[in-house]
Amino acid sequence: MAANPTPRVRVPAKATKGEMIEVKTLISHEMESGQRKDSAGKTIPRKIINKFTAAFNGKTVFEADWFAAISANPYQAFFFKAQESGEFTFTWKDDDGSEYTAKAKLAVA
Amino acid sequence: MPSMLRDGSRRDVLAAGGLAALAALLAPRMALADEKAVEAEIKKLYGEKKLESGRIKLDVPQIAENGLVVPINVEIESTMTADDYVKAVHVFADGNPQPGIVSYRFTPECGKAAAATRMRLAQTQNIVCVAEMSDGKLYSTKSEVKVTIGGCGG
Repeated sequence: MAANPTPRVRVPAKATKGEMIEVKTLISHEMESGQRKDSAGKTIPRKIINKFTAAFNGKTVFEADWFAAISANPYQAFFFKAQESGEFTFTWKDDDGSEYTAKAKLAVA
Repeated sequence: MPSMLRDGSRRDVLAAGGLAALAALLAPRMALADEKAVEAEIKKLYGEKKLESGRIKLDVPQIAENGLVVPINVEIESTMTADDYVKAVHVFADGNPQPGIVSYRFTPECGKAAAATRMRLAQTQNIVCVAEMSDGKLYSTKSEVKVTIGGCGG
């Protein structure tokens, strides 16, 4: 699996004020559950992304705590009510302390 | 990716055998959560508070062919205004090695308390969903998913 998880996000570029938009995110990550064993019978240590955060103009609007039961290459979709133009910051926190981020702009007319 | 290859071959063996019995033989090697573990998790979060029914729409397949990737979509009825919104939603499974699946925290900015992701299920089991409202009320619902091939690599 890729050493560097690659986030992908889909946010509409434009929305009208008050419109409900759906935000879809995906990140490449093996989400090793800590349940599997390698060929020598040793348990493969857990390494998952345990938290996903979405902030808009610096304010957290949605959070998800992921447990080991979340599939590899985790997908997360949620909704957001467009009120003003701004920028989303998405953060994924890995068990090993790494953080992966992505940004997306939204223009509200 | 050697692990993927190995997983693939196990799947082929299972498919060739084509027997649920074989899967049943493989599954019990793992210590699995049960209903009690899910209840304990809910107690840890909310104590003895009463769980009401309704308001939650838990959208999971009735039958999942592949336990590795099972879509789950939850939506809670709410106006999502500053004084009446859904604070948190917790999803548990009673037949996985660990009961936790996902916990969401919503804000009124979401406009709609709905979220979708994908989960791994080790076997046929119940998905339990608990929603916490901003006024402290709790709602819960559950739904069974039949899993043909478990999603916890052996």
